[in-house]
Amino acid sequence: MKVLIIGAGIIGAACARSLARRGVDVTVVDRGSAVGATSAAGEGNLLVSDKAPGAELALALYSLELWETLRRELAREVGPQFASIEFDPKGGIVAAIGSREAEGLTRFADEQRRAGVDARVLGVDEALAMEPELSPSISAAVYYPQDAQVQPTIAAEALLASARGAGAHVLVDTVVTGPVRDADGRLTGVTTSNGPLMADHVVVAAGPWSGEVARTLGGTLYVGPRKGLLLVTSRMPQRIFHKVYDASYVGAVQSDDHVLQTSTVIESTASGTVLIGSSRQNVGFDDAIDVAILGEIAAKAIRLMPFLSEVSIIRAYGGFRPHSRDHLPVIGPDQDVAGLWYAAGHEGAGIGLAPATAELLAASLLGETPAMSVEPFSSGRASLVGTPR
Amino acid sequence: MTARLVPEANDPIAPRAATPITITVNGEPVDGVLGQTLAGVLLASDILAWRSTSFGDRPRGAFCGIGVCFDCLVIVNGQRDVRACQRRAASGDAVVFHRDAPLGPSGDR
Amino acid sequence: MDQLIVIGAGPAGLAAAVSARAVGRPVVLFDSSDYLGGQYWRHLPPERPARRESVLHHGWERFQSMREQLEADPRCEVVTGAHVWAIDHGRIHVMVGEADGTDREARVYDAGAVVLATGAFDRALPIPGWDLPGVFTAGGAQALAKGERVRVGERVVVAGTGPFLLPVAASLVRSGSTVVGVYEASRASRLVRHWTARPWELLATPHKVLELAGYASSHIGHRIPYVTGHAVTAIEGRDRVESVTISAVDGSWRPIAGSERSVAVDAVCLGHGFTPRLELAIAAGCRLSAERFVEVDDEQRTSVASVFAAGEITGIGGVDLALVEGALAGHLAAGGRLHDPAVRMLRLRRGVLRQFARRLARAHAIGENWTTWLTDETIVCRCEEVSFASLCSAATTTRSSGLRSLKLLTRAGLGACQGRVCGRTVEGILGARTPQGRLSGPRTTDRRPIAAPIRLGELARQGERTTSTKQRP
Repeated sequence: MKVLIIGAGIIGAACARSLARRGVDVTVVDRGSAVGATSAAGEGNLLVSDKAPGAELALALYSLELWETLRRELAREVGPQFASIEFDPKGGIVAAIGSREAEGLTRFADEQRRAGVDARVLGVDEALAMEPELSPSISAAVYYPQDAQVQPTIAAEALLASARGAGAHVLVDTVVTGPVRDADGRLTGVTTSNGPLMADHVVVAAGPWSGEVARTLGGTLYVGPRKGLLLVTSRMPQRIFHKVYDASYVGAVQSDDHVLQTSTVIESTASGTVLIGSSRQNVGFDDAIDVAILGEIAAKAIRLMPFLSEVSIIRAYGGFRPHSRDHLPVIGPDQDVAGLWYAAGHEGAGIGLAPATAELLAASLLGETPAMSVEPFSSGRASLVGTPR
Repeated sequence: MTARLVPEANDPIAPRAATPITITVNGEPVDGVLGQTLAGVLLASDILAWRSTSFGDRPRGAFCGIGVCFDCLVIVNGQRDVRACQRRAASGDAVVFHRDAPLGPSGDR
Repeated sequence: MDQLIVIGAGPAGLAAAVSARAVGRPVVLFDSSDYLGGQYWRHLPPERPARRESVLHHGWERFQSMREQLEADPRCEVVTGAHVWAIDHGRIHVMVGEADGTDREARVYDAGAVVLATGAFDRALPIPGWDLPGVFTAGGAQALAKGERVRVGERVVVAGTGPFLLPVAASLVRSGSTVVGVYEASRASRLVRHWTARPWELLATPHKVLELAGYASSHIGHRIPYVTGHAVTAIEGRDRVESVTISAVDGSWRPIAGSERSVAVDAVCLGHGFTPRLELAIAAGCRLSAERFVEVDDEQRTSVASVFAAGEITGIGGVDLALVEGALAGHLAAGGRLHDPAVRMLRLRRGVLRQFARRLARAHAIGENWTTWLTDETIVCRCEEVSFASLCSAATTTRSSGLRSLKLLTRAGLGACQGRVCGRTVEGILGARTPQGRLSGPRTTDRRPIAAPIRLGELARQGERTTSTKQRP
């Protein structure tokens, strides 16, 4: 069987690996270079803390399990010459400011705990002992030991290298321009800037561009861009030990607001820099770095960790999250076009959800029984197609 | 002796008298003149390196001299990440060398 | 009338401000330094007066007259210590205060009409040991000599390529250093070929030719061995420079085996051409040329109608070309006419000087095999200490052709200098090792939305404390 995957980001790379290891003849195409867009523009979040009980949380818990073995397999498969994916089970601390936020946070943690998340409510003193730079004015905090981080670009490259090792091919600088269909209307390949590519199945894993690519191939997928900006500090001695969020991050992730939102997420990286985020904006593919938004991110970060005021910011970068209107990824076939599949719409969670997504996609595509229900991720679900805008 | 101030007596530009200043470098007093940058004061005192790199623990000092390379970073009066070649020295400035413990990846590597 | 914003107060920016004022346009002139003049006229601060500082400079009187004129002009606002750190949506964001300060004044200006004159800095190619203290860029040594009266060493070697190595050696000698030699990697045959091609072109720039010849034949020149076809291919020392290895190189800059000799020095000055400072032009949306300079039309106008560019960011051409381009850009950006007689002369002169610059660029192009003098351990990215071997390994193990991904894999170019020093070198090394022999995608290491570092607190406060300057009629 031949499968063509469109998009060489982390989702495409993970799908390529899962399929190639099942003996499928896989080709990954990307219009640019591999791992050049969304997967190279994020923090590398493997989070449960920001997810409300439901399908996405179940997917995240399943994916975390997979990461545990995956990281060891990857290290073995790509060899010692390959850069480390920097897997770090550092845990997350979500802090609230003000009593209303505190109530919301502890209630949310209770619900998560019932859904199987390890969510431990901390006293303010406990939180300050774990993160000494947290503002003493926080009103509540919850510790999520399961939250982890990888270096997303290296993780995606490692998945791609592993897929290649299992026989997958990667074609870069190749733009998909249209469908190739047989007499029954089934998708049997795509036309590209470098000629046609034939396949038994085509998987769209083009991140925020997935909606566009689906349209090009005659399918329907409501996934588009949601812009985010991040700040990077100069290197410093480590003063931040977990992923640290303000409680509004949870609301922002699951919010549907059109206008700008910023909420704080702060963490150190293995190289000694600190990442400070983040914003969410529905502004299409406008990649301008907006100073006013950076200012808002900065102000909120300082409120949570006052020492950051004097740190030096050396870089800002932006990227586009693949946004689906109900904040759930789409994993499965197109509703109308036979042979067309989707693995897209993970918003800011794609790094964490990649292994589970790939396993579910591969299982569905090959007619195996998936490890969990894929129904909530159907491209035809009501919460997604409802009233298209 | 390597880097140092051009001796006034045989400097072709015929400098006039300058105002002496004193800064501290890792707690020790170092003399300079008003108008020098911190890199100028350090180099004139034959201090060629004032930073240790994070991974190899190698000495670094001035390289580009014009604020581009960020190799000459120092801590001045508690502020980190100050380019010594760009910051004018003021009497009493307390300069401390950047010396970050190598961090190393915390995970797999 | 709207003010014209000029960013950079080196030769191009000063000339732009003067000619814009001549047309009557109010001007705001920014420079990140605390004094005007740029790198070319880097000089001692007023706290350190000298009677004959002019001996260190060319065109000192021209500089002084432009400076005095602009400083005395009430309709020219000179803002020094002005760190332009971002341009977004037609707004120019400036932090005014000391370099790398923590509480500077945030200002925002409307980018109604702008002249970018941000200049260039020395490129230094990696060499084993180039990260040792005592190694400087040629321009760094020059800046320390002119701006600090610091001499970088007693016995100094100057190496690289290009005519700029000569004035650097001269100013080292004037600071009391012994220059053991100037090593120009281009071979004499190449220099002669490009310098003797189309000799009639040179007739139009006799003073430039004489200036170069003058360095070689001056009393200072006589004291400095000038050797072509040779390069510093290794720098040795424990914690500081102790010696260098000098090798003969072939036309591609590959060291010739057996030609190495060791020379004891205590300082090394490297200059392998110049890198334009493009981050603000890129942030403003200006299109770059294939050679990676800001593309300008006959009027010095960039692809963004309200933004003009002059000097080294449009092509490395030296001070005379920068002055001419600056004068043109200032005049035209300020609303002056293209057909003024004075402008006609400037345009003619610009053409001649650009020819001269192209000739220099060809004669001193970097040889394609320079990387053969690197060892596996040679640091390429100084900030993140990324070795040549690890760059090569990242490219070969991932088979990636994406600059962004390869940078994130190796951390090359992600450190404090944000790839200013190593960026183009990293692109070259990685590009040559990708399956396609080049990097894919439009992004380059020149893109830096945060053009100068800023403290998080300053960033947080800039919203609430911004002085917004909009002078609309």
